[in-house]
Amino acid sequence: MTTRYTKDHEWVRLEGDVAIVGITQYAAEQLGDVVYAELPDAGKSFAQGDDMAVVESAKTASDVYAPISGEVVEANGEIKNENWQIINDAPQAGGWFVKLKPSNKAEIDALMDEAAYADYVKGL
Amino acid sequence: MRHAPRILGHVMADTEPKKLPLDALWRARTSKFGDFAGYDMPLQFEGLIPEHNWTRAHAGLFDVSHMGPSFFALPKGHGLEGDDAHKKVAALIERLVPADIQGLKPGQVRYTMITNDDGGVLDDLMIARPAEPAAAGDLYIVVNAGCKHQDWALIEAATKGEANLVRADDRCLLALQGPTAHQAAAAVIDPALAEMSFMTVKRFDAFGRITVTRSGYTGEDGYEILVRAEHAADLASALLAHPEVKPIGLGARDSLRLEAGLCLYGHDLDPTTSPIEADLAWTIQKRRREAKDFPGAKRILREYELGATRKRVGIRPNDRAPAREGVEIYKDGKQIGVVTSGGFSPTLNGPISMGYVDAAHAEPGHVVDLMIRGTPRAATIVPLPFVPHRYVRQKKSA
Repeated sequence: MTTRYTKDHEWVRLEGDVAIVGITQYAAEQLGDVVYAELPDAGKSFAQGDDMAVVESAKTASDVYAPISGEVVEANGEIKNENWQIINDAPQAGGWFVKLKPSNKAEIDALMDEAAYADYVKGL
Repeated sequence: MRHAPRILGHVMADTEPKKLPLDALWRARTSKFGDFAGYDMPLQFEGLIPEHNWTRAHAGLFDVSHMGPSFFALPKGHGLEGDDAHKKVAALIERLVPADIQGLKPGQVRYTMITNDDGGVLDDLMIARPAEPAAAGDLYIVVNAGCKHQDWALIEAATKGEANLVRADDRCLLALQGPTAHQAAAAVIDPALAEMSFMTVKRFDAFGRITVTRSGYTGEDGYEILVRAEHAADLASALLAHPEVKPIGLGARDSLRLEAGLCLYGHDLDPTTSPIEADLAWTIQKRRREAKDFPGAKRILREYELGATRKRVGIRPNDRAPAREGVEIYKDGKQIGVVTSGGFSPTLNGPISMGYVDAAHAEPGHVVDLMIRGTPRAATIVPLPFVPHRYVRQKKSA
């Protein structure tokens, strides 16, 4: 399944009926070492663009927005257990934030694909 | 993901920032720059945490040329020598600051503040009495980057015609900080640097003529070196070639000074906070307290005697969430203070904050709530500094 990207550096990948969400490699590099992260609990619902999670590095605190609307079905247990290093090590794999049940799959298709996101980052 | 609009707590300026004299030297080593007080400053090299840890274990080289070094001197032909010349120039600057500057020995440096008539702090600064007899009647003064134009105007207005202020911010100010700073300084500049005591100043005929204070703002031993721009690249390159030295950005400088419990002007100090509230009573020596002759003396001395209603404290969040500047501090549902600096401590591997709380809750051990994103989180008031200072004071020779 292809991965889609937001201008705020979140990624979404639909696997079956569940969308996996995290922050991009670029975002993780900009942040530097993550020293704290706060994820929502399963059962919480978000509209696209809502504050969904918080990630903090030594440098700054950043809000992570819900890239699509949906309900959290699972938060990454590694991050919940304070293994924040995984966000730096593998932001687009093991460092995912949450799995969402999308309420409108069309929101995903409207996001940038990998090539468009790469172009977008180049222009920053 | 969106970053907070401010990076490292400093507001972006509208105008094009000035380039440092060593801009090219730093750009060869990092692309992470940011505007700080109108200067384009290196913020980060290999990473805030590794840079921070390197400085605590070895020696870090910081470019702090945005700051405001200056020389304040009696007019030429003043005809005074030694202590007489010093006392005269010191009395002039004492119109602005509450420290005993007249009492400085040759080569001694003192930390002080420019206070306003309401007893608030307009800036914090270092004042040094040169060690060299030929410089009697001069003071070396270093103020903060963001306040330098205000401070110099205040000094000139208060002493017009009686002394001259010569700005030296066209030079480079390099800070070399860390437990092995003395090794690198002795090897690269002069072995005599290792013999200096903390909070002293000396001039050296190396890399042009440099003014060196053994001082800093990281809690570590180290030096701040004022060097002419044309010699700065040679000095910085020679220091960076030493195996103990790495370049460090302003990001790590902030976490180092926070661990050391040191105030950042504009955050932990401002025109409404008094030196007593800021727990800086130790900077006001007895002679000045008795003379009551500095700006804001009425409020400052009242608070010195009776205590201030609020006090700067250290705060350790009980969990892992950092509490940054602006986080409100509560006790039993009532706001009792606010965080003025906060972040992550690499040395303690956890969050730390400084802030002001009502005096009733300022004792170490008190448990308070930090309101982080609308949720109260328990935290404990702790003594400052978070990480012990390791300043090197030479024993007086017998």
